[in-house]
Amino acid sequence: MIFVTLCLAGCTARHADALVFWTFGPEGEAVAQLLPDFERTHPDIHVEVQQLPLSAAHQKLLTAIAGNTTPDMAQLGNTWLPELVALHALAPLQQRVAASTAVAPPDYFASIWATNVSDGQLYGIPWYVDTRLLFYRSDLLKQAGFDAPPRDWVQWRRMLAALSHPGRKVYGILLPTNEYEQLLSLALQQPDPLLRDGDRYGNFESAGFKRALTFYVDTFRLRQAPVVTNVEVSNPWEEFGRGTYAFYLSGPWNIGEFRKRLPAAEQADWSTAPLPGPDGPGAGLAGGASLVVFRASKRQRAAWALIEYLSQPEVQQRFYRLTGDMPPRRSSWNSPLLRDDAQARAFRDQLERVKPTPAVPEWERIAVMMQQVAARAVAGELTVDQAAAEMDRQADRILAKRRWLLDRAETKR
Amino acid sequence: MSARRAAWLFLTPALLVLGVFFLIPVLGALVLSFTDYDLYALADLHNLRFVALGNYWALLHRPAFWAALGHTFYFVAVGVPLSLAASLGAALLLHSRLARCKAFFRTALFAPVVTTAVAMAVVWRYLFNTKYGWANHLLGVLGIHPVDWLGDPHWAMPTIILFAVWKNFGYNMIILLAGLQAIPVELYEAARIDGASAWRQFRHVSLPLLGPTLLMVAILTVSGYFQLFAEPYVMTEGGPLQSTTSVLYLMYEDGFQWWNLGIASAEAVVLFLVMFAVTAAMLRLSSREPAGGAA
Repeated sequence: MIFVTLCLAGCTARHADALVFWTFGPEGEAVAQLLPDFERTHPDIHVEVQQLPLSAAHQKLLTAIAGNTTPDMAQLGNTWLPELVALHALAPLQQRVAASTAVAPPDYFASIWATNVSDGQLYGIPWYVDTRLLFYRSDLLKQAGFDAPPRDWVQWRRMLAALSHPGRKVYGILLPTNEYEQLLSLALQQPDPLLRDGDRYGNFESAGFKRALTFYVDTFRLRQAPVVTNVEVSNPWEEFGRGTYAFYLSGPWNIGEFRKRLPAAEQADWSTAPLPGPDGPGAGLAGGASLVVFRASKRQRAAWALIEYLSQPEVQQRFYRLTGDMPPRRSSWNSPLLRDDAQARAFRDQLERVKPTPAVPEWERIAVMMQQVAARAVAGELTVDQAAAEMDRQADRILAKRRWLLDRAETKR
Repeated sequence: MSARRAAWLFLTPALLVLGVFFLIPVLGALVLSFTDYDLYALADLHNLRFVALGNYWALLHRPAFWAALGHTFYFVAVGVPLSLAASLGAALLLHSRLARCKAFFRTALFAPVVTTAVAMAVVWRYLFNTKYGWANHLLGVLGIHPVDWLGDPHWAMPTIILFAVWKNFGYNMIILLAGLQAIPVELYEAARIDGASAWRQFRHVSLPLLGPTLLMVAILTVSGYFQLFAEPYVMTEGGPLQSTTSVLYLMYEDGFQWWNLGIASAEAVVLFLVMFAVTAAMLRLSSREPAGGAA
């Protein structure tokens, strides 16, 4: 009994002064290697990194908020941020940034920074960025008579047509029908917003979204992409290397995967290109993860010190080397490691043209719904017009509570 | 009187545990199903509304819910008879005097039951891969065109049913085997002396005496199969085109992925009512049958 009590006391004593930092995914291991330097310069702060699997992250966060057991700080996908802001879980950071010399807002890619602002308040500092663009087989393109990757949809369509041979099970591009990022990237290239009236209703019946959906669905109807989900494609890298797909619309982590998984002889045959837009290089998705501090934390000052440390360009470059996650600061990209990397450069280019998704807590759900309806259009169950109307109908239902809350807040005022 | 009090005294701990861990959560879920508890309510209880039967009304108007209910019934209607047939067949084979290496086969056929569903599902996903899977390879040898097992909305559910039947039949098999072994040998001897064939012995000795065991196994299987979740979760993530989304899967998505606990609780209550009705119907049918059979 005494032993147990002592043990418990010992454990709580150790936890009491540690800064608890939750990470989701492979970043946890990498950040653990960056921490010794931080703890050397801040001897009074002991950081305890707790790694959580990405698949359980969302549940874990909500449970922690419901049970009032949030950590001091965490890594957070920037599309989740509005949800946690709505839950009043995050501490505002504007004042700390204003007083800081280490974190300089103008140095960050503007749209990525904007994803951390909700109702004019800043709640997170971008940690790494993520956008989707084209991986392509330069040798296959050359064989088909194209010298450069596509710059707009017309060129892209022409290349997809030239590179698709459905009879031989060879397709221009791989677009898994259960991933929403691809269609969303095309939709963000349009001038119309995805939600309307202060994010109260869906705006999927806009001309712009229908244009994006038409391009997306046509790619399948013309048999330039196979109708498969990512569950069925167990090894997209090998298939890409084998030439089953000439294009792959995906994120920066795949640079590392392709370098690791493709044999040396094939390494010269692929590269990356910014996403082609309707007319000229187009916008893309502003994804990635931010560092946030929880409102309930008693160690917010220490948490901010760690955020400042992790935001330094040298530290971000080390982090890139460890994980392949791309830094959100322009000055971090000045290292030769990133500047001279041809495959990373396309991302640098794309990052200047990324657009954030609507900052509402329901967004993730709406995006998943959008993709489910789009998959039905791809399967031929719905026309583009019917699919757009169905998306609006479902989005309006998902946003019903938000409308009620906003209307109530207005009548109070 | 004191005996009564003593009985209560002994029962109290068990009742307390049942109350705290079963009754209160169930009642809580029922209450929750009359509210619109969601993310906003978690942030601030003032955002919680009492909606009475609103969630149930919304479910009735949601095609996705009807589709999920349909998929669940499809799974139960096809999966349960298949599963029972497979386990009865296996039990009879293992019980037969001709069977060799009984202990080995008993273990082998029971192995899928004790292996985790996730690990097995991953293996099956490879077996049923359209391009590289053994299933299509085998069909190819027979000269049959390859089937897009998990990618075609019409084939995904049958594939999942096959997987679930294969995974679960060993459990029922063991119970039925115990039932078969409990039938007195004299009955078979008497039947044989009267000149009954193997089929008639099965029809008139094994099956009637196995009746209660079969009923119990059927009820257990039905209530288990209504709670279809792990198989689509790992094999297809509810797809393609939501063709393998069961009611429980929908509830998981609504409740734990999107934190709409109000509507998820309503879904749980509906599923409970459906299962209750089906089990009650099965019990009633079976209690009527022996009377008719005897007459």
